[in-house]
Amino acid sequence: MTTPILELNDVSVDFDGFFALTDLSLSLSHGELRSIIGPNGAGKTTFLDVITGKVRPTKGSVSLRGASIVGLSEQKISLLGVGRKFQTPRVFENLTVTRNLELAASPTKEPFSLMFKKLGPTAKDEVHRLMDYVGLAPFAKVLAGSLSHGQKQWLAISMLVAQSPDIILLDEPVAGLTDEETNRTAELIKSLAGEHTVVVIEHDMEFIRDLGAPVTVLHQGKLLTEGTLDEVKSDPKVIEVYLGQAD
Amino acid sequence: MKLFKKLIPWLLLAFAFFVLPAILSQFRLNLFGRYFSLAIVALGIDLIWGYTGLLSLGQGIFFALGGYAIGMHLLLVTQNDFTTGANGLPKFFENYGVDNLPFFWQPFWSFPWTLIAIWLIPAIVAGLVGYLIFRNRIKGVYFSIITQASLMVFYHFFNGQQKLVNGTNGLKTSTTEIFGMVVGSDDAQIVFYRITLILLPFAYLLCKFLTSGRFGDALIGIRDDEARLRFTGFNPVPFKVIVYLVAGGLAGISGALYTIQSGIVSPQYMAIPMSIEMVIWVAVGGRGTLIGPIIGAVLVNYLRSLVSEALPEAWLFVQGGLFIFVVVLMPDGIYGWFKNGGFMSMLAAFGLAKKSATYPKVDMDEGYAAES
Amino acid sequence: MELIFSQLLDGLSIGSVLLLAATGLAIVFGLMGVINLAHGELMMIGAYVTYVTQNLFRPMGEGIFELYFLFALVFAFFITGIVGVILERTLIRQLYGRPLETLLATWGVSLVLIQFIRSVSTSMTIGIVVAVVLGFLAQRFAPKKLKQASFYPYLSGLAWLVSAVIGFLAITALSGSKFLSKPWFGPRNIDVTAPKWLQGSWGSIAGIELPGIRIFIILLSALLLAFVAWFLTKSVWGLRIRSVTQNRQMSNCLGIPTDNVDSITFGIGSGLAGVAGAAITLLGSVGPNLGAAYIVSCFMVIVLGGVGNLVGTVIASMMLGIIQSIIGSGAILIAFPEIPNPSRAVIEFFATTSMSYVLIFIFIIGFLQFKPTGMFPQKGRSVES
Repeated sequence: MTTPILELNDVSVDFDGFFALTDLSLSLSHGELRSIIGPNGAGKTTFLDVITGKVRPTKGSVSLRGASIVGLSEQKISLLGVGRKFQTPRVFENLTVTRNLELAASPTKEPFSLMFKKLGPTAKDEVHRLMDYVGLAPFAKVLAGSLSHGQKQWLAISMLVAQSPDIILLDEPVAGLTDEETNRTAELIKSLAGEHTVVVIEHDMEFIRDLGAPVTVLHQGKLLTEGTLDEVKSDPKVIEVYLGQAD
Repeated sequence: MKLFKKLIPWLLLAFAFFVLPAILSQFRLNLFGRYFSLAIVALGIDLIWGYTGLLSLGQGIFFALGGYAIGMHLLLVTQNDFTTGANGLPKFFENYGVDNLPFFWQPFWSFPWTLIAIWLIPAIVAGLVGYLIFRNRIKGVYFSIITQASLMVFYHFFNGQQKLVNGTNGLKTSTTEIFGMVVGSDDAQIVFYRITLILLPFAYLLCKFLTSGRFGDALIGIRDDEARLRFTGFNPVPFKVIVYLVAGGLAGISGALYTIQSGIVSPQYMAIPMSIEMVIWVAVGGRGTLIGPIIGAVLVNYLRSLVSEALPEAWLFVQGGLFIFVVVLMPDGIYGWFKNGGFMSMLAAFGLAKKSATYPKVDMDEGYAAES
Repeated sequence: MELIFSQLLDGLSIGSVLLLAATGLAIVFGLMGVINLAHGELMMIGAYVTYVTQNLFRPMGEGIFELYFLFALVFAFFITGIVGVILERTLIRQLYGRPLETLLATWGVSLVLIQFIRSVSTSMTIGIVVAVVLGFLAQRFAPKKLKQASFYPYLSGLAWLVSAVIGFLAITALSGSKFLSKPWFGPRNIDVTAPKWLQGSWGSIAGIELPGIRIFIILLSALLLAFVAWFLTKSVWGLRIRSVTQNRQMSNCLGIPTDNVDSITFGIGSGLAGVAGAAITLLGSVGPNLGAAYIVSCFMVIVLGGVGNLVGTVIASMMLGIIQSIIGSGAILIAFPEIPNPSRAVIEFFATTSMSYVLIFIFIIGFLQFKPTGMFPQKGRSVES
């Protein structure tokens, strides 16, 4: 058994007495695709916050390739190869689509090299490839702020891919997308798995089924159960959490 | 037409350089020289506020530091009855019984050092203050009020230190001499006017360089969504420190030019109102554009001169009204209003022009489009 | 030792004034994320209201005059409160969600208020009233057809401009009359006489006199703070204010009138500034520039104490007040003359009012390196976004 690429051990997050996560343990191996579901307030977003360094766990350890990343800044963790898409698509609204992608694709993130060095051809090709793939090529020179919601989602996802992280964390990637777009996103995500480790948080069960990945259910900051979607769906604990006590 | 548009600013510059001195009185010309030097500090503010989203209310610190640097040099090297005391030191030292030149005055004997100090000292102070604030992720309104507080500190410090920098009275440069000319004389003033007009485009080009490339994209990224930029792997702190430092250096140059043209540097330059006014020049002209702050600095200060000459009491009303008007009704400033179609839509409202499409205009940098 | 104690009382009373002003600023900031740069000028209005009240009460005879200050406090609270509400309804509301722009716009307001106090006269008041009435009439009686025209917004702007010019002309026309154009206050400082019961000592503890004015200010701010705390935690409006502070959208959905919550909060915050201004008149003469002297200290209190935390605000303002009066006055050197030289030189260096600011700021910047979010940071998911 190789070391998992990402491992959470007994992680708790305490917001002044409110536990957003309680003793959560979870591990991901390289190239894995994992879906995470859970009702609102289950701690899904806090889970991502802990991994990406936005929130520091009150207790427990988070390690990336065996080394602890607790207390590192967001940008350090990002440079170590963890990328994240937010719940609402966050793009740089006053930059064009191309420039959004180029910022993400830039191999260097240092101010002086940004000032004096041009973006290399490999990164540029990657930007064009991504724009073609997600169908944003016609909008290359449009400000990201004037894109539609779905286009922003895709831009956010492709920025994430352009960053080429080892671990891709997607928080509700298909919220507000049409069925067709959702299908394409599922395809894209499946193609990313293998080379990257991908974690998807979604409420859309059809989409989760499309992905066909193992599912982890969170509830009240705790890990409720793990398994395939069908196993999870028939688990009485899960049914109780989602639908309430049947009596 | 495009080429013509690009040439307009340079034509205006040439006009200011060659024609204005011939048609304006010495008094007016001197005022315009001051406005242009103020445009340089406005450019710096645009860099940090318009592009990076950091509203500094403390640019007066760096402005005044530049002014003090040149003032100290001028007072030291000038040996005449107006400015030199019995012990060979600048006269004001006599009043406080100081016989030994304070140590930090010593390097200002040197002209080359002074030329460097004018921008280097403010830049270093800005970098330091900026680093201490940014590394703790202090931003938004907090950043603004902390810069204002630091402004107060420098103000009090310079006000309180009579023995070091002549306290409230400041340093009077108009009676000093440089290269055999009295600084306040007409001949010297026209030289300063021209120097200002030569430095202004350099400041503009520096800002253009910083804002148009990938570095500039990162700045806009910081302004629009700093957290997102962090998750993309950028550390915003050095970016912010660099622009704050550059803005500080520009403020220093601006302050030095303003000082030699107004004839004095005093802690008043570090008073709270001055620094906020600088911000409003940028807002009036149009932030997030580089022409805007220049237009704003010149126009607002010209207006100020006109109103204060006619009706001194009315200026604060006019200025206050301007603050409110620009912020509420013209957030893009004058230049932005024209550029973003505000003027056309006003004409359209009166039926004087065709209604333009409401879609936002896609504005691309031609150079960039050609390259990719 | 006695000197230190009296400076301590001094510091506490200055701190109390700061506390009142900063509390007002902080609850507004907490609710709307807005820093009101005209807050200092609201204090100034409070001070001038006190001055006017004093002059109104003076002819009423000795006995009633003694009570004027209590009335002045009430007037100051309500008049500045109303000014605050007007400010919120007309201006701040337009800028919701743009805190930096609000900063600039409120600075504009502060300039207007300063100059207004300096030059307000009967003729000016008439002019302003004429302009405002004309402006409103023009909007009111504009034909409906005109109002639907696409150029109406520009036209109404023009109408306002014209009424302003007419108002200005009215002022100029009236300026011939000495009586009408005599400024009410002028740019000079004004003085308020404290009533007799406040002057002098209120007794002594262990041989140390308790100056009435200082004790009164400390008690006043303690009382008001207790009231604010009660209001925020126990009253219906307080509950609403807290809910909007925490989640504006949700509160809106629940039917809480967020508009009115904003106005009321802003009114209360401004009212507190007014009371602080009234209290300042007891400490010395005041002028149109009063605001500038206090506003930065208020900011420092907020930075140090954190937002939305009354305890933090209390500690921070007392600390600032005490540092200012004990170090700034040089009382330490007089009380402990035997301090050895290196530290003595340092204390001497900071022993002026100006330099005590410098010291406080160095302290704050140092403090922020360790606790960037103030003494009592808020936690939670919503804090950063």
